Amino acid sequence: MNEIIFFINNVVVSGLVLGSVYALGGIGITLVFGILRFAHFAHGDMMTMGAFVTFVLAALMTALGIVAPIPMAIIVLPAAMVITAGLALGIDKIFYAPLRARGAKPVTLLIGSIGVTLIIQGLIRLIFGTGTYSFYDLQPKVLYRVAVPIFDATRTINFTQPQVLMIVVTVLAVLALHLFLTRSRLGKAMRAMADNADLAQVSGINTKLVVRVTWVIAGSLACLAGTMLALDVTLKPDLAFNIVLPLFAAAIVGGLGQAYGAIAGGFLIGFAEMCAVFNWAILLRPLKPIMPEWVELPTNLAIVPTEYKLTVAFVILVITLLVRPTGIFKGASS
Amino acid sequence: MIRRALILYALLVVLFFGVGTVLGPANISLLLVQSFAYALIALGLNIQWGYGGLFNFGIMGFLMVGGFAVTFVSYPVNGEFWASDGPMMLGKALLAFLIGAALVVGARFAHRIGIKGRWQAVLTVIAWIAAYIIYRSQIDPAAAYIEETEAGWVGGLGLHPVLGWAFGGLLAAGIAYIIGRICLGLRTDYLAIATIGISEIVRALLKNMDWLTRGTLTVSPIPWPVPLPQDLQADGMAISQSFIYSRLGFMAVVVVVLALIFFLVQRAYAGPWGRMMRAIRDNYIAAGSMGKNVTARQLEIFIFGSVLMAIGGAMLVSFSQIYDPGSYQPINHTFLIWVMLIVGGAGNNWGAIFGGLLIYLTWMISDPVAQAVFSTLSNWSTDLGWGAIPDIQSRSSQMRVLVLGLVITLALRYAPKGLIPEVIKRG
Repeated sequence: MNEIIFFINNVVVSGLVLGSVYALGGIGITLVFGILRFAHFAHGDMMTMGAFVTFVLAALMTALGIVAPIPMAIIVLPAAMVITAGLALGIDKIFYAPLRARGAKPVTLLIGSIGVTLIIQGLIRLIFGTGTYSFYDLQPKVLYRVAVPIFDATRTINFTQPQVLMIVVTVLAVLALHLFLTRSRLGKAMRAMADNADLAQVSGINTKLVVRVTWVIAGSLACLAGTMLALDVTLKPDLAFNIVLPLFAAAIVGGLGQAYGAIAGGFLIGFAEMCAVFNWAILLRPLKPIMPEWVELPTNLAIVPTEYKLTVAFVILVITLLVRPTGIFKGASS
Repeated sequence: MIRRALILYALLVVLFFGVGTVLGPANISLLLVQSFAYALIALGLNIQWGYGGLFNFGIMGFLMVGGFAVTFVSYPVNGEFWASDGPMMLGKALLAFLIGAALVVGARFAHRIGIKGRWQAVLTVIAWIAAYIIYRSQIDPAAAYIEETEAGWVGGLGLHPVLGWAFGGLLAAGIAYIIGRICLGLRTDYLAIATIGISEIVRALLKNMDWLTRGTLTVSPIPWPVPLPQDLQADGMAISQSFIYSRLGFMAVVVVVLALIFFLVQRAYAGPWGRMMRAIRDNYIAAGSMGKNVTARQLEIFIFGSVLMAIGGAMLVSFSQIYDPGSYQPINHTFLIWVMLIVGGAGNNWGAIFGGLLIYLTWMISDPVAQAVFSTLSNWSTDLGWGAIPDIQSRSSQMRVLVLGLVITLALRYAPKGLIPEVIKRG
């Protein structure tokens, strides 16, 4: 039984956490692709930027002498999301809108987004240096241990407070997004534009407004995802740049332009990564007493060594592109 | 247009000369060698993107492959490895790999014996899994054995470095063929993401296959194709002179290779082959309907460009004499080269070379320039009583990333066709 708890700790809990981050980031990428028709490469750095905004706000609050029972980052998160959304709008106005106005090809916008990536990273490193920061300098992370008093298990299921908050906030954000996309006029307009931009335009949808709303949603979700990731690990300038490819993998696996697809893709990739590096031999251990003498159980049955964890996302990505290029949920293909 | 190119090249020479007077001849000769190697890589990308319209974002992977190739070919032979059981075990792993490959290929032809549709898909998946298990069962113990014994890793073949560059090109051609067969059907954005994913896979492999590449432990010193500074010093040359002359010797080799390739590429483009490539790039549907085999031609151009990238990457590694798979970054080794091409002018070989030389110089001097600016600012703020800027060193060394970002943004905005744009001949 201890082995199953070990599995839950290492695969289920970690997979949920990683999947939430990938899902939230993937939604941003998929929405920008659906509306603006280009692969927004700077999304990872928008996440890092959002995390730093939260960090600065949290530090300010702490400096003012405000204390709270939950991490300060969660309290300032709404404000940080608003600021990051504003920054995202500003980035679009300065960098992408002039290119769109010139009628540039999506490829040019993609290269432009790499310029934005480099500028954001450069600015973050200029202001904050290259070191790592932690949201938990003052108080340690709260650790929850849930004992499972059945089948004589001695280990406990462990998770930290930010992990719980992360999953709760992800569920809330996804619900809010769902309601927005299905109930509000603007949300419906967004979906229409993602399905067919030309048709949406001739049916009188205010495309400029839809573009702005897209950036607001993408920016605020990026801030959320970046902060979550920084709470779970540490905050550093290349925090989310390293996971921008799994994010694209999540968006593509789900079908570019499909918000629900990105959520499914995010969790799929998160769990796949965790399952691939998990040592399955541990689950075979309880079978040892009932096995015949001559069968020797292998000590390591991980599908790939831990160093290749991120590679799993790329392999899934490449396979998806080959077998079903439009993703599971039939995303945009043009 | 020719006048514009001449003026820009003249300015570039002046710029290099000016930087050279400030930094000294030893440093500028180092910069020149590296910038010519980068120019070769930019030329490779120009072939793929400027002429073929292929969106390759996996340049880093090809540079790493080139670097590995030159390490493997030119590093001295590791006697302890060849005396151990390692070669035997690796042989078995190779055999296992071939058996696995045979299984996968067999599954591809399963429809010949009546296994079709869904059943063939199931069979293909099973074949891949079986091949993976067979290969892992042999390679894992071999890798563990080699890393644990005295040998440590496979070592090199002790051949001439130029052979290593050629081997890098060959290896890259093979890999580019596989990637091209898989990915070239994808449209631009998807192709970019797929190639960047594959280059990350290549990086993960080369970084962690310690038995083959020594991973993050790094390999050095990798021999040079020309006499090293130490050799010249042994012949009685002054130390400061020896560095300049040996680097100039290396530069001569690089420039000869670059010039040769440049000449051949220019000839090819002026001819019918180049016209066909541009036709495919501009309108592949029309080109296809004229009877051109679009996919095969694109594969050809993808392989050709990748070969140049790998040769450039091999040159860089053998020049710096150290192979460190951990030092490769998409920012330094993929995006930098895209900036070179965008700024220089995609579709024009002169532009690609110009962009390569200019951007590499900018990239390298933005570090010391930022240092100087920052320390001046820091002195001012100290004088004003605000205190010095904390960790100047690390902050200013990151400034090159910001500079690169600004350059790419400004170029896209104000000179989207590059400084030396493509010349389109009509009639």
